[in-house]
Amino acid sequence: MTAMPAESSGNLVEVDHLKVHFPILSGIFQTESGRVRAVDDISFQIRKGETFGLVGESGCGKSTTGRAVIRLRNPTDGKVLFDGKDLMTLSRKDLRKMRRRMQIIFQDPYSSLNPRMTVGSIISEPLETHNLVSGKARLDRVKELLALVGLNPNYTNRYPHEFSGGQRQRIGVARALAVEPEFIVCDEPISALDVSIQAQVLNLLVELREKFGLTYLFIAHDLSVVRHISDRVGVMYLGKLVEVGPPAAIYETPGHPYTRALLSAVPIPDPKAERRRKRVILTGDVPSPANPPDGCRFHTRCWLYERLGRPEQCRTVDPELRVVAPEHQAACHFAEEALQSDVGVAHRTGDAGMRRGTPDSATAGLEAEHAAAAVASGGSTADTPSASPSDDGEPGG
Amino acid sequence: MTVSEEREGAGSPTVTELPDAVTIETEEGRLLAERLADDSRHARKLLEVRNLSTQFFTRDGVVHAVDDVSFELEYGETLGLVGESGCGKSVTALSITRLVSSPPGKIVSGEIIFDGIDIMKLSSEEMRLLRGRKIGFIFQDPMTSLNPTLPIGFQIAESARLHLGLSRKAADDRASELLSKVGIPRAKERMGDYPHQFSGGMRQRVMIAIALACDPMLLLADEPTTALDVTIQAQILDLIRSLSAEFGTAVILITHDLGIAAGMCNRINVMYAGRIVETGMVDDIFEQPKMPYSWGLLDSLPRLDEQKGARLRTIEGLPPDLINPGKECRFSPRCKYVHDRCRVEEPDLSAREGEGHLARCFGTEPGGWIK
Repeated sequence: MTAMPAESSGNLVEVDHLKVHFPILSGIFQTESGRVRAVDDISFQIRKGETFGLVGESGCGKSTTGRAVIRLRNPTDGKVLFDGKDLMTLSRKDLRKMRRRMQIIFQDPYSSLNPRMTVGSIISEPLETHNLVSGKARLDRVKELLALVGLNPNYTNRYPHEFSGGQRQRIGVARALAVEPEFIVCDEPISALDVSIQAQVLNLLVELREKFGLTYLFIAHDLSVVRHISDRVGVMYLGKLVEVGPPAAIYETPGHPYTRALLSAVPIPDPKAERRRKRVILTGDVPSPANPPDGCRFHTRCWLYERLGRPEQCRTVDPELRVVAPEHQAACHFAEEALQSDVGVAHRTGDAGMRRGTPDSATAGLEAEHAAAAVASGGSTADTPSASPSDDGEPGG
Repeated sequence: MTVSEEREGAGSPTVTELPDAVTIETEEGRLLAERLADDSRHARKLLEVRNLSTQFFTRDGVVHAVDDVSFELEYGETLGLVGESGCGKSVTALSITRLVSSPPGKIVSGEIIFDGIDIMKLSSEEMRLLRGRKIGFIFQDPMTSLNPTLPIGFQIAESARLHLGLSRKAADDRASELLSKVGIPRAKERMGDYPHQFSGGMRQRVMIAIALACDPMLLLADEPTTALDVTIQAQILDLIRSLSAEFGTAVILITHDLGIAAGMCNRINVMYAGRIVETGMVDDIFEQPKMPYSWGLLDSLPRLDEQKGARLRTIEGLPPDLINPGKECRFSPRCKYVHDRCRVEEPDLSAREGEGHLARCFGTEPGGWIK
């Protein structure tokens, strides 16, 4: 891994007043009749080695942000600094060099892998592009990468359709890791997968982060997944970042009414907690980003705005992100009221109800049984299920 | 769940006439006609499924998609079918309504008794009558289940006209009433709009209006909110919950999301590889699950109240190939607690603590090796 020039701030990525607008063209001359403000003036930093989670509903601009951060999409305005260098002003050659340090994993494991290429060539393509290793060494590297993500290293000549969704996502991860990046944008990497497979891929991403000291921008709509993996979390609504902070703050004492509404909408896998909880159900749909509401963009659906008697400020002044607690920022005129509220934090109270599936006694019994088996067979591995990197898609080692 | 004897609300139309076009051919069909005329609840289950097996005859072999599945549904009850993709939950629902596409699919054995009627004996025309009148459907993707070339008002009124024999005017009135009932503002004005003019959540509301147009006894909801955002999902689930309570409609909710199942269902069937592996009241399934697969499903969910960093416990491996399921417990290749017996013999569903709580596992049987 390349050495980092000492950065005073410790930030690997700095996003500064980023805007990505898409023109709406109409008429035979294709004149611009309006703009979709997909991302509208957002700023945040990602520290080296940190996982920054970005959550929001579809159309809030989180994926567009992810792409703009590695300049897969050119911003309309604003800057993205990667390791202190402005990606927007880099020459083509320098940008290409920089690209080696940043990679992306896509949501859909079906459409993001070329069906006509073998897994070996999919994974070695970035090595080729960046002239990294060649010949026999390249094949060895591909095998090493396959083993690293828990796939059988001998599968280099297979095609993507021969793999399940979870295994394909592992191939996507191997491709991203091929060039030894420092920073990976994970764009909804597990949302197309089944629950048990999601957990496998999530564990893999955590393992790799620890092994290589990776920095992630983790984009997802699933709030519990984001809490699980992130060091800091940003919540987006209609192209704006409405709240940023450590997971404990965002999930336990959210300072923006939208965050509270989102949390309140997440189903909790506990029937008693579900019956007990009071929900704030947001009415209506997300407004169009081509024509966002004046003032605070959330005021048209905001429960706090209604509760406070529709203050004028919310309709006229767009709130800026401001510090509401240490490390915790929210963009709400009434963040103090939001912080005090008990809306959306039903999950906080129920630790007795929020239990795990496997009973502790079963785990203890299993351990005792394995210990007994180990003694009986003189310490050799009896029939304990071994985690072989075989075709079952399990992370090896 | 108690069901009110009087079914009212949304101007539930009382129709005793069958549409002219339908001819009753079978003995069971006559029973159906009788039931349609008399809407009272009988001393029986709404649905009894016994030993249902549905197979798909493909080039690679016979896929045992649903294998010997039995369960019951009370009037007004919400039952969850929970499991991962390919476990047979959707095929179970399609089988109940005889909508499995054939070929390649076929219900090879089993009995399906709906409201006392053995539906396997109904002619296809009678079956259509039953579906239209007694069963409503909501599917995952509202865009593909609505006709893009017809106004939504027409699509809602259509089923009321066809199945209830209402006049065009009466059907339109009912449609706009239903539209406002499912929370579409300015319902009357929006009757002429086309599906593309609605957002995803609004389209799903339209689907619900169509499903409820004939005041069905059973609503089949197959992943109704999977394509929707979490705040819209909450709206739709809330709507299904309140409407099913109001109309006393039983719901079969198919979902992979245990959180949704916890909040919506009275009872839950956990399915794995074409089998029901555990069934019980919702509290028992979540509080004292008795099947390692159920544990694995619950364990692999990251939770909102969780501190970062803990490694998720996963279910290792992949579900088995349903072409040759074999004689062993189908979960045994992935089960941490597996014993030799599980590899040669498949356990039956057997009783556990709790009302109607059954699990398919040797290890958690009384006297089993899992504590």
